[in-house]
Amino acid sequence: MQIFTCPFCGPREETEFHFAAEAGKHRPEPAEEVSDADWADYLYLNDAPKGAAREVWVHATCGEFFVMTRDTVTREITDVTALPGRDG
Amino acid sequence: MSGWRLPSDGGIDRDRPLGFTFDGQPLSGFEGDTLASALLASGPRILGRSFKYHRPRGLWGMGGEEPNAILDVTGPEGVTPNVRATQMRLRDGMALASVNAAPDAARDRFGIMDLAHRFLPAGFYYKTFMAMGWMRWEPMIRRMAGLGRVDPGHHPAADAVPMNARCDLLVIGAGPAGLAAARAAAGQGRAVWLVDEAGAVGGSLRWRGGQIDGGDWRAFASETVTAVEAAGGRVMTDTTLWGAFDHGLFAAWQRREGQPDRHWRIRAANVVLAAGAIERPLWFANNDLPGVMSAEAALHYLRLYGAVAGRNIVLATGNDASYPVAAALAEAGARVTLADARADGPAAPEGVELLRGARLTKAKGRREVGGAVVDGGHVDADTVLVSGGYTPSVHLWCQAGGKLDWNAGADALVPRPGTCGMAVAGAANGGFGLQRALEEGHRAGTGTGPAPRAATTGDWGLVPMRPDPTLKGRQWLDPQNDVTLKDVKLAAQEGYRSVEHLKRYTTLGMATDQGRSANFAGLAAMSAITGLSIPETGTTTYRPPFTPVPLKTIAGLRRGELFNPVKRLALEPLHRNQGARFREYGGWLRPSVYGDGEESTLAQAEAKAARETVGLYDASPLGKIEVIGPGAAELLDFCGYIRMSTLKTGRARYGFMLSETGIVHDDGVMFRLAEDRFIVSASSSHVASVRMILEEARQDRFDPRRSFIHDVTANWVTITLTGPRAGDLAHAAGLPDQMLALPHMGVAEGLWNGHPVRVARVSFTGDLSYEISVPARHGTALHARLEAARAAHKGRWIGLESVMILRAEKGFILVGKDTDGLTMPHDLGWGGPREKRKDEYFGRRSLFTPEACRHDRRQLVGLVTDGPDPLPVGAHLVARDGPRRSLGFVTSSYVSPTLKRPIALALLEAGGSRMGEALTAFQLGATRSVQVTPACAFDPEGGRLNG
Ligand SMILES: [Zn+2]
Repeated sequence: MQIFTCPFCGPREETEFHFAAEAGKHRPEPAEEVSDADWADYLYLNDAPKGAAREVWVHATCGEFFVMTRDTVTREITDVTALPGRDG
Repeated sequence: MSGWRLPSDGGIDRDRPLGFTFDGQPLSGFEGDTLASALLASGPRILGRSFKYHRPRGLWGMGGEEPNAILDVTGPEGVTPNVRATQMRLRDGMALASVNAAPDAARDRFGIMDLAHRFLPAGFYYKTFMAMGWMRWEPMIRRMAGLGRVDPGHHPAADAVPMNARCDLLVIGAGPAGLAAARAAAGQGRAVWLVDEAGAVGGSLRWRGGQIDGGDWRAFASETVTAVEAAGGRVMTDTTLWGAFDHGLFAAWQRREGQPDRHWRIRAANVVLAAGAIERPLWFANNDLPGVMSAEAALHYLRLYGAVAGRNIVLATGNDASYPVAAALAEAGARVTLADARADGPAAPEGVELLRGARLTKAKGRREVGGAVVDGGHVDADTVLVSGGYTPSVHLWCQAGGKLDWNAGADALVPRPGTCGMAVAGAANGGFGLQRALEEGHRAGTGTGPAPRAATTGDWGLVPMRPDPTLKGRQWLDPQNDVTLKDVKLAAQEGYRSVEHLKRYTTLGMATDQGRSANFAGLAAMSAITGLSIPETGTTTYRPPFTPVPLKTIAGLRRGELFNPVKRLALEPLHRNQGARFREYGGWLRPSVYGDGEESTLAQAEAKAARETVGLYDASPLGKIEVIGPGAAELLDFCGYIRMSTLKTGRARYGFMLSETGIVHDDGVMFRLAEDRFIVSASSSHVASVRMILEEARQDRFDPRRSFIHDVTANWVTITLTGPRAGDLAHAAGLPDQMLALPHMGVAEGLWNGHPVRVARVSFTGDLSYEISVPARHGTALHARLEAARAAHKGRWIGLESVMILRAEKGFILVGKDTDGLTMPHDLGWGGPREKRKDEYFGRRSLFTPEACRHDRRQLVGLVTDGPDPLPVGAHLVARDGPRRSLGFVTSSYVSPTLKRPIALALLEAGGSRMGEALTAFQLGATRSVQVTPACAFDPEGGRLNG
């Protein structure tokens, strides 16, 4: 049971959080100019990094979305930053 | 029967005898006994039958490693199945029953399985019965296998309270190393939690004894407990640390005398693992016979319970630690032959016959030990004690991600420093011997200065003991799962050489003891067969739980109503007074119908009344998400399928929220109360997810300072009036004129009798409707006002069942019922925004994929059918002629009391272009004819919306 730190609430148990998105993943727009393949990539293809990962998570109880930098192997969390930051 | 009780000594209370039964046989023990010690001292040796061959099995160990002595225990609270006899205290009147035996352990009728062992090698059941049709044989195999029986009538109380705690230092194991660590840390003022699975602190000191810092170990232990408690820490015995989880979380199961168990979740800043080590067995022919026991366990029972394992004992060993055991048993009066595999070793203890360089190759006896073969010669014996060395208890270390190294000196895999955040001390670290345990513990507890001193160092010399593949006879490696050395050979032959494969192929180490006494042997045997070293052979993965933990303890209070609590209406008591029957709808407990009688009949009557006069229903669970601020309209435009920025103040508009994949996620009405203030009426079961879609866009796409999102669903009570006389009833109840005069899709806020009220003319039924919302604290007053006027206008409270009929008559959908994971808005007849909107919105691009543009997408339609009965929901629609392929399915189906016929909604391939087409509805072999119609079956012109 990991402990994540919500930028708004502070440290809480992982059951209160949901993964939201990969950080740095741009929503391709406008729709008219996005190919089917690019849109499918955006929707369905995510990296599954072993090791360092930057992800957007949401603290479901307060609704805060934030970028979390963590290690998927050691489970170490090195940084949490409030949005906007997905493009950062 | 060879165990016996010393006339004095041991930690039991001889003035308090306890009566119990084992397989119906009356026996007795004493207060302070465990089931195991009482059985050892007084009882039968055959305590159970093995899992596969139904071999007789007896007591082996003294704790969670026990593979054989597993019992169903009947006490005052009912039957507890699969209790390790080593871990439960004896109570007066307990009835113990052996498991996997019929009628009992001594006379098991499946004992014949053992004769068939030649035909039951590893993988036998899998290979044979998969080929012969597993389903046919499974019930028979299940009857013969397995352990205890669950009493279906036994419902233990949901009383194990979950507890959360933090500490500076968690010390796992209160033996010499754990005590030293706790003492050192407590001395520095740290809050230490010292946890031990046994009923008292001391670990092996309790039976091996020892002098520490010039006094008896008990003084050292009690000073430590005092120091820990004085520093704000805690000492917990009878507590099993059963799992290590991420970020320093540990789970502990605490057993409490006469009180419910507790389940602890402990967050520890630092951890010392001092879990000790477990004695290994030895491998010789018939090494599973009752009467073959761990030497360490024999000393444990002798010292703590005055229970002696036998009268005529052979003790086979390869290490020094067995010498004090032999000495103590001889002193107690047993005849002891000590067979040491080493040619050199300590001097013979007094009264013990020592055979040097001696090898035990066989235990004799059919049902229990009757002799032994040592160096080819017969030795008289009723008991064989063995010690094959010690395996450090590294389970929690490995669960926490730690790695292991081979330590030849300890002849064991030990924690590799730096691979896990814990400190390890004592036998768990391969640090055998009292002085070393104290020193390692002291260091692990960050003690400064000299460590506590033991009077004797307790050096443990040993020679590695291994299974011998050339030895004749069946040698058991895993007694609980009946895995022999031959099975490992077979696995190796068939190519299952990795330990993970070996484990799954032979089931070695997969029993409830998790191979505590077996895994090392399997590893050593595989290494002997393959010629690879033990570190090269590797270990299997360690996973929680460390020992089986009752599910009731883990479940805690989360059972019954607390398992998944429903949301309750503020007005629930008032509805109950009016005879409402309640059911769960989307997580809310809501009235299904009012009154006595058949639910479907009542629902018909309620739906009819609502069409003829006026129905009242509690719509409070309807979502109310306020979106406020200068950026609100822009945010809703992006998140919704239908634009809301063009909505005028005081008006409502129906809309959809899609997922980014274009699938309809929710539908509902949005209100604009002011230029910068909207309310999103999400469906009651989608409020949380709709709020998240809004929040993500607000924070990630827009300037989060320009809008705020506030879910106020629970703050309001909403009662909806629907039917031709809804306006009359609202008027009679005194609703302000300006609200009565609202047009369809109008909304207004105001004061009513001095408190806020919001009225919306939106309709989920197709009839004139007033949705009246007041702050929850004024809900009772609203109810009373409506109630006072209700009878005069023939109003009737209606439940959700009739509301479902009313909305289905109109073809109004429920997302998730009339839509599925493929439904897009244009499948529901809402293609407009898809064609016209040029701005970006959530899910937009997905509405233009080749899949979304297909002409044979499943679309919402209505169905009429012949006969008086409604169609079954889920029935598949197939062409009347042509191939029997599902074209879609029925999603909602009711009988309409107003139309006096069945109505149905369905998702149908190219449904929009099939109006009037005749199809067949197919369900479980039965067919009905249906005709495709528009979804709306009642008042398609909408004339009734204005009463
Ligand atoms: Zn938060």
